[in-house]
Amino acid sequence: MSSLILRTATRYIQPILVLFSVFLLLAGHNEPGGGFAGGLVAAAAYTLYAIAYGVEEARRLLYVSPQGLAGAGLLAAAGSGIPSLLYGKPFMTGLWHEGDVPGFGEIAVGTPLLFDVGVYLAVIGVTLSIVLNLAEEE
Amino acid sequence: MSNWLLTLPILIPLVTAATSLVFWRSVRTQRAAAVIGAIALLLAALALAARVDAEGIQVMQAGAWEAPFGISLVADLFSAIMVTIAAAMGLAIVYYSLWSMDRERESFCYYPLLQVLLMGVCGAFLTGDLFNLYVWFEVMLMASFVLLSLGGERPQLEGAIKYVTLNLVSSAVFLSAVGILYGIVGSLNMADLAVKLHGETEPVMATTLAMMFLVAFGIKAAIFPLFFWLPASYHTPPIAVTAIFAGLLTKVGVYALMRVFTLLFTQDVGFTHTVILVLSGFTMVTGVLGAAAQNEFRRILTFHIVSQIGYLIMGLALFTPLALAGSVYYMVHVIIAKTNLFLISGVVHASEGTYELGKLGGLYKRRPYLSLAFMISALALAGIPPLSGFFAKYSLVAAGLDRGSYGIVAAALGVSVLTLFSMTKIWAAAFWAPGPAEPAALGPGGERRIRAMMVPVAALAGASVAMGVGAEYFIGLSLRASAQLLDPNQYIGAVLGRNAL
Repeated sequence: MSSLILRTATRYIQPILVLFSVFLLLAGHNEPGGGFAGGLVAAAAYTLYAIAYGVEEARRLLYVSPQGLAGAGLLAAAGSGIPSLLYGKPFMTGLWHEGDVPGFGEIAVGTPLLFDVGVYLAVIGVTLSIVLNLAEEE
Repeated sequence: MSNWLLTLPILIPLVTAATSLVFWRSVRTQRAAAVIGAIALLLAALALAARVDAEGIQVMQAGAWEAPFGISLVADLFSAIMVTIAAAMGLAIVYYSLWSMDRERESFCYYPLLQVLLMGVCGAFLTGDLFNLYVWFEVMLMASFVLLSLGGERPQLEGAIKYVTLNLVSSAVFLSAVGILYGIVGSLNMADLAVKLHGETEPVMATTLAMMFLVAFGIKAAIFPLFFWLPASYHTPPIAVTAIFAGLLTKVGVYALMRVFTLLFTQDVGFTHTVILVLSGFTMVTGVLGAAAQNEFRRILTFHIVSQIGYLIMGLALFTPLALAGSVYYMVHVIIAKTNLFLISGVVHASEGTYELGKLGGLYKRRPYLSLAFMISALALAGIPPLSGFFAKYSLVAAGLDRGSYGIVAAALGVSVLTLFSMTKIWAAAFWAPGPAEPAALGPGGERRIRAMMVPVAALAGASVAMGVGAEYFIGLSLRASAQLLDPNQYIGAVLGRNAL
């Protein structure tokens, strides 16, 4: 589809969607959102781009392959269980570190965040590899 | 930290699969990752089995959420044995695939899928939570759906449709049963369920649920009369895929049956286990009769999978220490023998270019080592001493005679003879009969490829012999496993803590 309106709008909407997906990812632990929802929004952003500019362009914008993203996501999610082993706790026990970051206030960083990042990447990877492959089939 | 060991059989295939996905363009990296992952998995499984045998049931509460609220991973001796044999088959199949899988499938993520399959199988063996078991079944089925249809040949898709449909029905029944169980009892942790189902729940409700689980797992394990999807689909994918399916997938269904019918549903053994006993008899007989009517290498073997499942649940149905030990031993024996027979049929195909018995012949002369390996595995399957199958069938038959279940004993013995008949048929047609004067032209790789494919074949044939010769050790191990299965208090105590009893 090559509509000037869609192309122009996509140029503005796409980055906002990606930003919003990161917001969802970070909000996810205590509020609605999370890696899965965020991943879907990010995948939607790239799908929109693929509709407006074609699959080739979308792949170029994504830079890495969707399969690679899915793999990296799985590794990150699996890796989030490892720190708990180092502390002698059962696998996947959530570990948190809280601290004051100047300009942000109190921030808690923990292994569940890494898990969510893993889910985020895996969802983007899987969704895009399905969508882009289907779009290429036509 | 004993807990580490419990997560490794799940974590190693996951990391291997993810790494292969990251390097999805390079088949070479995927092959290397698959081999390293399979070896690591086997080592982890052996370490786990050694620890369980030495120290008793191992438990890990994932995420430090205490049972019965979190998900427990539990390894008793039976689980550990199953994980070990699954890992061993994984390694054999990965090595075999390096030489037998076509480039096309390899580049479409064959190796990561195989790892996901292994992860699902190991997860199902290790979980102590009924809903989590459902999840692992799905992981395993997802991977198997893709493996079965990968390549997209017409017969493959036809088989895959039957396989997927029937397995989805089974999953639906399983999930409904889990939902109803949760509604009645309010827990899904198996140890907690074992306590509650034997205390406050109406035995009638428990038995009703037991029948739902029997149907759900029965479809997956391919027991009579729910087995028809298996012979319709298993012979269609490449032989390495068929071999791992034949070796492991139905056995996960049997494992689940053995787990729930020793731990959860023992309220009315007289009813539930008699139903299983009748089904086991029919499963044996229909499977072997189906095989007798076939004339294609792989199809004969596929029907024998069904018939062997009958023996596995016969031990569960008899429900004595010796019978369950027989089932555990039989499980390991049949996984090895069955997988190897499929691998051998793959070598035959690589060498002769066909699976049709009518077109084969003269292999005895041209490939003596292959013939020897086939003879060992086939006779092991039929139950000829001193190979593994003899001791497996002997313990089941002895247990049947002890209990006075003469009908099932007669069926088991009769089916053995028919199994021998089927194996003799393959032997006579493919190996013994005079073959074509000109050997068929070998595919790419030629002799070298066939020699490499013979490595896992020889190893598995050796394992069948070793299990027979070292039967005393293996039967002892199985007896210890069956003692744990028959004493749910050990399992409950390990998961919930001693004070729960």
